[in-house]
Amino acid sequence: MRAFANLLERLAFTPARNAKLRLLRHYLEQTPDPDRGFALAALTGDLKLRTVTPGLLRGLMVERVDEQLFALSYDFVGDLAETIALLWDSDRDEDVPLHQAVALLSDTGKAGLPAAIAGMLDRLGPSQRLAFLKLATGNMRIGLSARMARMALADMGAPDVAQIEEIWHGLTPPYQPLFDWIAGGTRPEHAARAPFRPVMLSTPVDLDQLGAFDPADYVAEWKWDGIRVQAINDGGVRRLYSRTGEDIGNSFPDLIEALNFDGTLDGELLVRRGEDVAVFGDLQKRLGRKQVGKGMLESHPAGLRVYDALIWQGRDLRDLPLIDRRAVLEGADFGSDRIDVSPLLDFTTWDDLAALRADPPAQVIEGVMIKRRDSLYVGGRPRGPWFKWKRDPHVVDAVLLYAQRGHGKRSGFYSDFTFGLWDADQLVPVGKAYFGFTDEELRELDRFVRNNTIERFGPVRSIAPKLVLEVAFEGLNASGRHKSGVAMRFPRISRIRWDKPASEADHLSALKAMIP
Amino acid sequence: MRADQILHPTPAGLYCPPGDFYIDPVRPVHRALITHGHGDHARSGHGAVLATRQTLEIMAIRYGEDFAGQRQAADEPLRIGDTTVSFHPAGHILGSAQIAVQPDHGPRIVVSGDYCRHPNPVSAPYEPVPCDIFVTEATFGLPVFKHPDPAGEMTRLLASMAEFPERHHLIGAYALGKAQRLIMLARQAGIDGPIAIHGALQRLCDYHVEQGIDLGPLVPATAKQVDAQLVIAPPSAFASAWVQRFRDPVVGFASGWMAVRARARQRGVELPLVISDHVDWPQVTQTIRELAPQEVWITHGAEDGLLRWCELQGIPARPLRLVGYEDEPE
Repeated sequence: MRAFANLLERLAFTPARNAKLRLLRHYLEQTPDPDRGFALAALTGDLKLRTVTPGLLRGLMVERVDEQLFALSYDFVGDLAETIALLWDSDRDEDVPLHQAVALLSDTGKAGLPAAIAGMLDRLGPSQRLAFLKLATGNMRIGLSARMARMALADMGAPDVAQIEEIWHGLTPPYQPLFDWIAGGTRPEHAARAPFRPVMLSTPVDLDQLGAFDPADYVAEWKWDGIRVQAINDGGVRRLYSRTGEDIGNSFPDLIEALNFDGTLDGELLVRRGEDVAVFGDLQKRLGRKQVGKGMLESHPAGLRVYDALIWQGRDLRDLPLIDRRAVLEGADFGSDRIDVSPLLDFTTWDDLAALRADPPAQVIEGVMIKRRDSLYVGGRPRGPWFKWKRDPHVVDAVLLYAQRGHGKRSGFYSDFTFGLWDADQLVPVGKAYFGFTDEELRELDRFVRNNTIERFGPVRSIAPKLVLEVAFEGLNASGRHKSGVAMRFPRISRIRWDKPASEADHLSALKAMIP
Repeated sequence: MRADQILHPTPAGLYCPPGDFYIDPVRPVHRALITHGHGDHARSGHGAVLATRQTLEIMAIRYGEDFAGQRQAADEPLRIGDTTVSFHPAGHILGSAQIAVQPDHGPRIVVSGDYCRHPNPVSAPYEPVPCDIFVTEATFGLPVFKHPDPAGEMTRLLASMAEFPERHHLIGAYALGKAQRLIMLARQAGIDGPIAIHGALQRLCDYHVEQGIDLGPLVPATAKQVDAQLVIAPPSAFASAWVQRFRDPVVGFASGWMAVRARARQRGVELPLVISDHVDWPQVTQTIRELAPQEVWITHGAEDGLLRWCELQGIPARPLRLVGYEDEPE
């Protein structure tokens, strides 16, 4: 578990994605089975163990340390597991295999748990104690998605991410067959029903680029601003996956219940009220919830607008041309009024389509999708068969207020910018942006920040309010958590307005008027 | 004479009436005894300074030759007013000392300054000095602080340098003491090649070499292209444009505070290294047990924890609440 503890520590402090991937890959390459599989599952939240309560841990501690010293320590450290890992009095530092710790946490009965945990803590050094306690409290918090775990696995051997994703949901920790496959063995068969299939993605396009193509070869449909999902009913096993293969069914029990068909569909998850499709902000309220309340299910009902069919009634359609898959969809009965097919748009020339895109019939539409009639369904992002032509972003002119130093490639540069808009005679922060500018512009912004700092708070500087930034964003939600009352989606700096005085920046009222 | 008539806190620092001197004063005074060269203990502008020869030389490097009206090296016990004072190694940094004050009438007081009992290649080892009253720091005065073996921390640094061979490793370390200790630890861990140092470390590193501490090949980290994977710089350098010459560095920091994750996060550190020049909890409590003073006075740091421990042991203790010393002036 020493290597696992080291890995946790490094991941916790490493901000850059590529560095995280390398750390994880090295660990997986150097660690034997079954420990590496358990570690992977622990990191992605797929390891289901008995959860040890904070109360139990506190109880262990007060038997051993003066209560006042414990309270002072906890107050300083701020994290219970970490406090205990540091306070525990033992000079041993055995390298206990991770699978032993996992076995202890899954097999020990409730009555024997405190003694078993204390016994394990006695054997470990401080960093392993922390790893063990994080495992025991089910609280890793190192920000590693299952997608990243699969990318690290793909870096280890021949199977690529798409191939790994296809079998992932049939596997359970410690994933021995997967590691065997990566090492050159045979591919594991689907062990479970309703596996995730890699999703087909599109590339951006504009009117100039479209001019090179014949509109007659393409169909077009609205690009709905929800969550791209794969909805499956495989012999009664129902699953809802995000486009990266995360199982998000728990947050949408109402839609799961509506999947009364036999097949694998590609579509957009939306909040729907009758014929109306709600804006993304409404859908966002339902995300990331372990339990969805009855009130929320009624006020924000989930639905599915279908784009494509991968498998239908036992037949794999992915090698058929798009128009043939469409024909299957249009004749299909989905068994629920929460599910319908995304309609095709009527156009002859690209200019026709541009006109439709400029004036969509609903706020929740964020552009158009353009797909070749003969395109097969290919996982990943092949260039050419599918295009997205998004609506132009909204922009506001805002004033730079705060800057924070970045990490990784941007170490030492002020690269995270907080900007604000006028509200009467005051500037109110409305958002943060950390991309959209070139490397050259970043150097200029960094210089501006250093020369115009008013105050410093740790890594943050407050800046004399005189630089105007044109900020582009995709949409707006009303927000009670932001002082300004609005939250921007996907804000980025589209232009630096060195020429424009701060007094001519936009007012908050102008932004609020854009809230749908 | 009562103990607090021999030594007591004032706004300028700890004052000794029978000797008419201050120890580590934070304001200019007519006569100062100084434990070690860190900026918050050793300030310029005093009338006369008594300190170890190395501390005096370090002050001259930092503040210029005219840092005080007069100076005297504390080579042997010395009469000052109605007291005898002597200096004893503290194990903290080069030249660091504890100051023992023996009044003609009254208890013997040892002011330990900052001290450390881990082996430290850049400092003479701490020497226990029997006393009636022990004046201690409590920088790491909580039982969560058990500094690990520095060799283990260097193993982590080396592992990271091997894992990311294309990235510079920029390690923050205070310019006096910590930086040189880190270089020595790197040498002991097997890094024989050039180590790059920030310009602010140059003169203090040169001084350590003059004092017989072989730091090995050092190159300046001021060039556009820095040809050493390991770079050591003072923490203040990380907020300056100097960092921009490194593309995607691994940023580390060597400090006792790095044992606590929240503190490492506040610093934006990617590689926290727990290396401290201060006593940790086992050491401070062991020292008090060993010396068995009649009373413990605590100058600065996490005094609540140490006070509670003394209370549990039945040792009278009180905080002096001296202001002006930094949390970890390493």
